[in-house]
Amino acid sequence: MEQTNIPETVPSETAPEPVSPPVKAMKEKDIKSVSVKQRVTKIFVQFVLYAFLTILAVSILFPFYWMLISSLKTLTEYNEMIPTLWPKQFCWDNYVTAFTGELDLGRLFLNTVIVGVVSTLLSLVVTIISAYAFARLEFKGKNLMFGALLATMMIPGELFTITNYITVSAFGWLNTFTVLIVPFLVSVFYIYLLRQNFMQIPNELYLAAKVDGTSDFKYLWRVMVPLSAPTLISITILKMMGAWNSYIWPRLVANDAAHKLVTVGLRGTAFMDLATNMVNYPAQMAAVVIVTIPLLLVFIFFRKYIMRGVSRSGIKG
Amino acid sequence: MTKEKTEKPVLTDEQKRIRRKAIFNRYKAWLYLLPAIVILLIFTVWPIINTIRISMLRNYDSMQELGGATFEFGFGNFAAVARYDKFLTCLGNTMLLTVITVPISTMLALLIAVGLNSIKVFRKAFQTIFFLPYVTNSIAIGMVFMTMFQMIGRVESPVSLGIINTIIEAFGGTRVNWVNVGSNYWANIAVLSIYIIWNALPFKILVLLGGLQGVNKQYYDAAKVDGASRIRTFWRITVPLLSPMIAYVVITGFIGGFKEYSSIVGIFGESMGPVGNKGSLNTMVGFIYDNIQQNQGRASAAALILFAIIFVVTMINLYVSKKKVHY
Repeated sequence: MEQTNIPETVPSETAPEPVSPPVKAMKEKDIKSVSVKQRVTKIFVQFVLYAFLTILAVSILFPFYWMLISSLKTLTEYNEMIPTLWPKQFCWDNYVTAFTGELDLGRLFLNTVIVGVVSTLLSLVVTIISAYAFARLEFKGKNLMFGALLATMMIPGELFTITNYITVSAFGWLNTFTVLIVPFLVSVFYIYLLRQNFMQIPNELYLAAKVDGTSDFKYLWRVMVPLSAPTLISITILKMMGAWNSYIWPRLVANDAAHKLVTVGLRGTAFMDLATNMVNYPAQMAAVVIVTIPLLLVFIFFRKYIMRGVSRSGIKG
Repeated sequence: MTKEKTEKPVLTDEQKRIRRKAIFNRYKAWLYLLPAIVILLIFTVWPIINTIRISMLRNYDSMQELGGATFEFGFGNFAAVARYDKFLTCLGNTMLLTVITVPISTMLALLIAVGLNSIKVFRKAFQTIFFLPYVTNSIAIGMVFMTMFQMIGRVESPVSLGIINTIIEAFGGTRVNWVNVGSNYWANIAVLSIYIIWNALPFKILVLLGGLQGVNKQYYDAAKVDGASRIRTFWRITVPLLSPMIAYVVITGFIGGFKEYSSIVGIFGESMGPVGNKGSLNTMVGFIYDNIQQNQGRASAAALILFAIIFVVTMINLYVSKKKVHY
């Protein structure tokens, strides 16, 4: 690594000023003025930094703010020429409309929670036993098998969807919970993540357990699983969020009221206000708030786990 | 464990037990992997084979096939897709959005990450805010963006301007028809790009900031001693040292960009375009889903083309980063 040499060897194009003069040529006075100048520059730079970050942070937050205040406006106020920045009066009725209107949020929540919980639990079991086999057990073709598994991660999911749609139709699974749970039960990425985690657990623990006469299965559940709790929590949260946010597949295969998931319902509802024959955007925003809040709560409480999982996956949900 | 095998066929119960256990142990791993393998065979391996197969069958229809119909082999689907206007629109939109959003979001994320890395006060708070878009539902927040940009009522004499146009007019600009009836294609693309960048920032910032925190402080001290300017330090030290992470976010960004779909649904709904211009903003993935029920051969061909594009772009990225990335 020759980082420090780079500025000298490369002709300066980005910075117009010449490479700094030799320090010994500086007089004491110069040094003093340089240090004052440096401090001023430093404060200026910090100011610019904070201004830059603040402007961007506000732009990031603004849609959330807009969603919240829009959800509390009356339809009349929402439809004013110049939008108000704060509701004149809080109209909580929008939330009632979101729950009681055509959207039927309660049912959507129930469906989504059923799918989320069942698919997460099953997926955890499958992931744990598969990761265990790859991390602890010896068998012929293990590396080949694992490599093949990882290779499938490169293929975009859309390639699978067409055939999967044909398959689940042939199975008669359309408009069931099964179709929302089974096809995505195995995540190669999660198996990979957990396997890495399992492999870090020292062999001595395993041997000690063997000496004590513990069976492999018991060892897996009593030792390895608890030790990998952080990864398992990450997987659980990302999987639950995935169910909450999934749209494309559910819309394709489970579009009936009994199995519809929350995002599909949200996008598919018109929110017409019958009195004015206009779209009731405040009610729509109230529904959006209701869908967003659980996600934000999960984020607040499990921030660490979400970030851990995300930084290694690059997959949303 | 193999010793039992050579022994005489008459075995005690204990030996039988041991032998059973040995056999069990040999296949135990496969038993553990069984659920995963079964599901992957049905929902991952078979689809790969089958999608390639049906992409090369003329007028393929799964229902007819179940009824015993056979289909002619040929590359007609690929030819049809390539000539099909709607597909070219989808391809163009997808590429345009990717080419606009990936560089901007990467640059912006890099600046934010460097900014976050060089402040102390409020750093955690900023970090949390910048991560927020990640934990949202992209359809739901897309609907919020829609309400921010849209006008209500007729465009010539709107009932409500929408907040973005209000802000533009407050600064002396003229209102823009961003998303309403008759809106301009580039205005639509601008709105989508803003939303996609907003959505893409958190992951990139997270990765880049993680990378920055791993950089040895000595490089910066050395640069300071050499009197290198901040801009110079940024280009000559930060960027090269972060290059593996930058390559990573660019590659994942491209892959994500080519699979763009739900942000457009979030803003424009299933019509994939402003009212009166249905499908004008459709993407590759959208095209695949549009054809999944009626024209599976065409959908498969499009999916394979998408895969090929993603594959080639990823390879180019990897090749370029191999040359440029400083490890």
